[in-house]
Amino acid sequence: MSERKFRYVGTRPIRHDGMDKVTGRANFGADFTLAGLLVGKVLRSPHAHARIRSIDTSRAAALPGVHAVATSADLPEQEHGPGVDMHDLTRNILAREKVLYDGHAVAAVAAISDRIASEALALIDVDYEVLPPVLSVDEAIRPDAVLLDESLRCEGPDPKPAGPTNVAARLQIGRGDVAKGFAEADEIVEREFTTQAVHQGYIEPHAVAARTGADGQSVVWCCTQGHFAVRSYSARLLGLDVSQIKVIPSEIGGGFGGKTTVYLEPLAILLSRKAGRPVKMVMTRAEVFRASGPAGGTRIRLKVGVTRAGRITAADATLLYEAGAFKGSAVMAGVMCMFAPYDVANVRLEGFDILVNKPKGAAYRAPGAPMAAFASETVLDELARRIGMDPIELRLRNAVREGSQAVYGPKLKAVGFVECLEAARNHPHYKAPLGPNQGRGVAAGFWFNGNLQSSAQVSLNEDGTATVVSGCPDIGGSRTSLAIMAAEELGIPVERVRPVVADTETVGYNDVTGGSRVTFATGTAVIEAARDVVRQLRERAAALWGIDVAHVKWEDGRALSQNGVTQEPLGIADITRKAAQTGGPILGRSSWMAKGNGPSFAVHIGDVELDPETGRVVVKRYTAVQDAGRAIHPSYVEGQLQGGVAQGVGWALNEAYLYDAQGHMQNAGFLDYRMPVASDLPMIDTVIVEVPNPHHPYGVRGVGETPIVPPLATVANALHDASGVRMCDLPMSPPAVLEALESRR
Amino acid sequence: MQLPRYDAPTSVAEAVEILAAANGHASILAGGTDLLVRMHSGAERPGAVVNIKKIPELCSIELGPAGLVLGAAVCAAEIGEHAELAALYPGLAEAVALIGSDQIQGRASVGGNLCNGSPAADTVPSLVALGAECAIATPGGGRRRVPVHAFVTGPGTTVLGPGELLVALHVPAPAVGAADAYLRFIPRSEMDIAVVGAAVSLTLDSAGQCRAAQVALGAVAPTVLRVPQAAAALVGSSLDEAAVLRAGDAASAACNPIDDKRGTAGYRRKVAGVLTRRAIALAAQRARRRG
Amino acid sequence: MAKLHVTTEINGESAEFLCEPHQTLLSALRDDLQLTGVKEGCSTGDCGACSVILDGRLVCSCLVLAAEVDGASLLTVEGLARGGRLHPLQQKFLEHAALQCGVCTPGILVAAKALLDRNPDPSEEQARYALAGNLCRCTGYDKIIRAVLDAAAELRGAAR
Repeated sequence: MSERKFRYVGTRPIRHDGMDKVTGRANFGADFTLAGLLVGKVLRSPHAHARIRSIDTSRAAALPGVHAVATSADLPEQEHGPGVDMHDLTRNILAREKVLYDGHAVAAVAAISDRIASEALALIDVDYEVLPPVLSVDEAIRPDAVLLDESLRCEGPDPKPAGPTNVAARLQIGRGDVAKGFAEADEIVEREFTTQAVHQGYIEPHAVAARTGADGQSVVWCCTQGHFAVRSYSARLLGLDVSQIKVIPSEIGGGFGGKTTVYLEPLAILLSRKAGRPVKMVMTRAEVFRASGPAGGTRIRLKVGVTRAGRITAADATLLYEAGAFKGSAVMAGVMCMFAPYDVANVRLEGFDILVNKPKGAAYRAPGAPMAAFASETVLDELARRIGMDPIELRLRNAVREGSQAVYGPKLKAVGFVECLEAARNHPHYKAPLGPNQGRGVAAGFWFNGNLQSSAQVSLNEDGTATVVSGCPDIGGSRTSLAIMAAEELGIPVERVRPVVADTETVGYNDVTGGSRVTFATGTAVIEAARDVVRQLRERAAALWGIDVAHVKWEDGRALSQNGVTQEPLGIADITRKAAQTGGPILGRSSWMAKGNGPSFAVHIGDVELDPETGRVVVKRYTAVQDAGRAIHPSYVEGQLQGGVAQGVGWALNEAYLYDAQGHMQNAGFLDYRMPVASDLPMIDTVIVEVPNPHHPYGVRGVGETPIVPPLATVANALHDASGVRMCDLPMSPPAVLEALESRR
Repeated sequence: MQLPRYDAPTSVAEAVEILAAANGHASILAGGTDLLVRMHSGAERPGAVVNIKKIPELCSIELGPAGLVLGAAVCAAEIGEHAELAALYPGLAEAVALIGSDQIQGRASVGGNLCNGSPAADTVPSLVALGAECAIATPGGGRRRVPVHAFVTGPGTTVLGPGELLVALHVPAPAVGAADAYLRFIPRSEMDIAVVGAAVSLTLDSAGQCRAAQVALGAVAPTVLRVPQAAAALVGSSLDEAAVLRAGDAASAACNPIDDKRGTAGYRRKVAGVLTRRAIALAAQRARRRG
Repeated sequence: MAKLHVTTEINGESAEFLCEPHQTLLSALRDDLQLTGVKEGCSTGDCGACSVILDGRLVCSCLVLAAEVDGASLLTVEGLARGGRLHPLQQKFLEHAALQCGVCTPGILVAAKALLDRNPDPSEEQARYALAGNLCRCTGYDKIIRAVLDAAAELRGAAR
């Protein structure tokens, strides 16, 4: 890709939705109200594991002020299927045979007030046969384990459990000969790691308002990362056609993957259909923790060998991931990402997807990868020390480059891992002096970045401005990046482009905002749609001038004639003013099943300070280096890096779901689910490396997910540097650190 | 959350009358930072809420020769802004300043912190180390005094009877050469409930010898823990390393902590010793500056 | 008990509403006054998304009963801009890209205003502790702190 000189790409304009967001005008999920709105509430299981013998909603339905009651009896049965399993999803929305976690939805009501809705829930009689809960992968895989689903059989290659099991799947990737590889190694490290379930921690709880007309058409407002997904899942779950449901995405107060599925939305639609009135449902914070999907806990066993010269010769890992109440953890991605940055000839990586009585897991930013990298990047750090090699040097000697055959399959196109390693090594942070009880750690990270489907259209307005319509909810500033790309193609200032996130009826199909794909996939669609518009603008100019379109050039927002005859350049407004005469409105569109989103590599450097008497660890300095391909709006790229670092630091130090022996979550709130606050973090320095992705017109690669992958090991390696203690179990809370320090002494 | 009544009396007498008439079904609303959380969760369902922030006596700070009279409903931020109070009782001021975020500081009161009866309350160890007393208004118009260390009888329970209202905290004037300090351990830098809290009050003579000491710990027992053995280790010493270590060890030994989601018993025991030593050092530094 | 009648001043204008005795100020602002800038993130005072300034003090509106603000004055995010002009905090947040999803932004702006009202020249550490009661999950706080310190400098410059 030649070095194109950009006019708007790489600048930092004010985001188009910024004014609304700093004045409190922006409408988030719970900010909608409608006439006649009913309050919807969910009855949730108090047991982590129980058979439902019966549900009697008659007393609730009879309570004055209650307009609808729903249970799974109101939903059609679903078959198991590939992709999103509807048989599982319908049971997560409303439990059927069993409740499988503390907080599992059992019934829903819609009533004229909060108070009456709560009273109604208390009038629903559920007869439970309480069963022992299974609360860890270790418990779940025991031969005598209590089973969550007697009908579940393990998918995947042998060796795997035959017959009824809590192990939903076994998978494996590998190449070469690990035994031979270990035989060649001079140093081998073998360790076992555990991580706990963590939540995405979005500040906005799930919220939806649904209204159904007498014609059976439902309109839904909700905060979501994918309104087309809300539409299609809701339609399937309710037995409706997608055309009966229109979904309008509100602004979204954080998602990080956790809002790519449905919880309340189908219930709100169902209740609004039964009641004949609009219904609004908002989760409390406790419900968000108890009933929406975390990234499950893990146990990872890893063995890696290196030569004294720093070549990784073999890696063997077993990853056991909690899926929660239904199958579908991110263990496959964990297996694929674990050694993705490295050119290792001999690997055997196996993963197990395991059911436990905790909420059904949902995606959380680079799902599966942070835990895997915690293990691999810690072991590499240990091996580097064993052979007396600088940790960045060890990684450089094994780093994948363009043309490398990635461990997870494909031959890599241009990638920036080496560039990130070098940028990190050359950064002043890497050589800065450390004080007493301080240590420095380094770790790398990788994420594939997704593709999926995107549509966009670009239309021109009579005043010379352009409207860019797309359908991916904006969770981090993407709409402005889309406007920048359109501005670049059209040659007009970014402020003259109006980006709109449209609903399911006003834009072509778009897959979710997720997988770090929007700037790449929707961005490409926007660029193509803008180029389509430019073609039309040239044709219209040619028509107005009466010349051949081949002699019309579009530059800096104007048509220029190049046939030797001087013409006044025509701007967009000049052309749109005469659009009716030259063929009608000018509209460009593009849609595609994206491919070619490039992986994004990162290298992080973190300094921590330890209080050796209390085990408290504080992050003192942090630098995140990542390859963005091309930073469309650098501030928002930096923001992704900084946000992912903060989440990773929280995961490393203090965040964890805590359960009692009966499987009740003990810390379903922000007091005891401890996310980093402003005083917990230093400034987070960022370095954006740009190794353009050849498959995007400007070189964009996704950036949003990779940043959460390195911090777990970065912090753990820094703590080791400060104290000599290797923490292999997260979180590294003060009591855990103090105990580790004392057992060393 | 159901609530038939809301009252905002403007005098102690009026408040006591309402509370007595409600016969245990009323909840007192000072800052609301504990009460509203319990009401939202359903843990408390009062028949009535009595907002005491319009009673002048409960909202005043008075410093005189006898010491400090701190209205029970004064918010933490206001206490923090009182320069003279902070200069005389730096440990109490820092304990108050540790109660939560700036938003919580704008509402939370020392009276509420005490009456909530949490073993982890930040202000209680500090008040105990200072020898503070509670002034309680009783039905019928009387008043009674209870030392702070006897006020909380167990997690969530106090000596307050039906119709009684905590009006003010009385803190004796510090002796010459006296100073206090409060340290708290939490896993993050802010926003956590104390895992351990240690309050120390010391009096040093002109030769730098410790003449009097009080050590009180929070979050390591069902109620605040006075540790006379720790104090005894300090009195008569020059606060040398050995004495301070002995005090720290005494603090650890005296603990009766639990395992909960915020810390294990063993961990609290260890950190109690660490914080006690550090609080002693801080109080000593302040006392020397004054002496 | 019947609904209570509350008269208050919000963003410099007088306002009145009826509220239930148990109703929070957060609910009254959002549901009765249509001031939806305040957000309900947790209802336990741990996230700060509902922050308002009540009689000059920063508070969580989820922990204040609506009835309590009778006779009081309130500032919400909607009151930061004056006469169509953004407050320097709002302007700096936009320039520094100090927001990603934006749901914590109203609470943080109000908390930052409260900080600068009492301390016009905060250090980075003071700013961080002052905002410790406002959770942000998107930004890692870096650009937020930079925006606050930059706005503080501008306000100090304007004051001279």
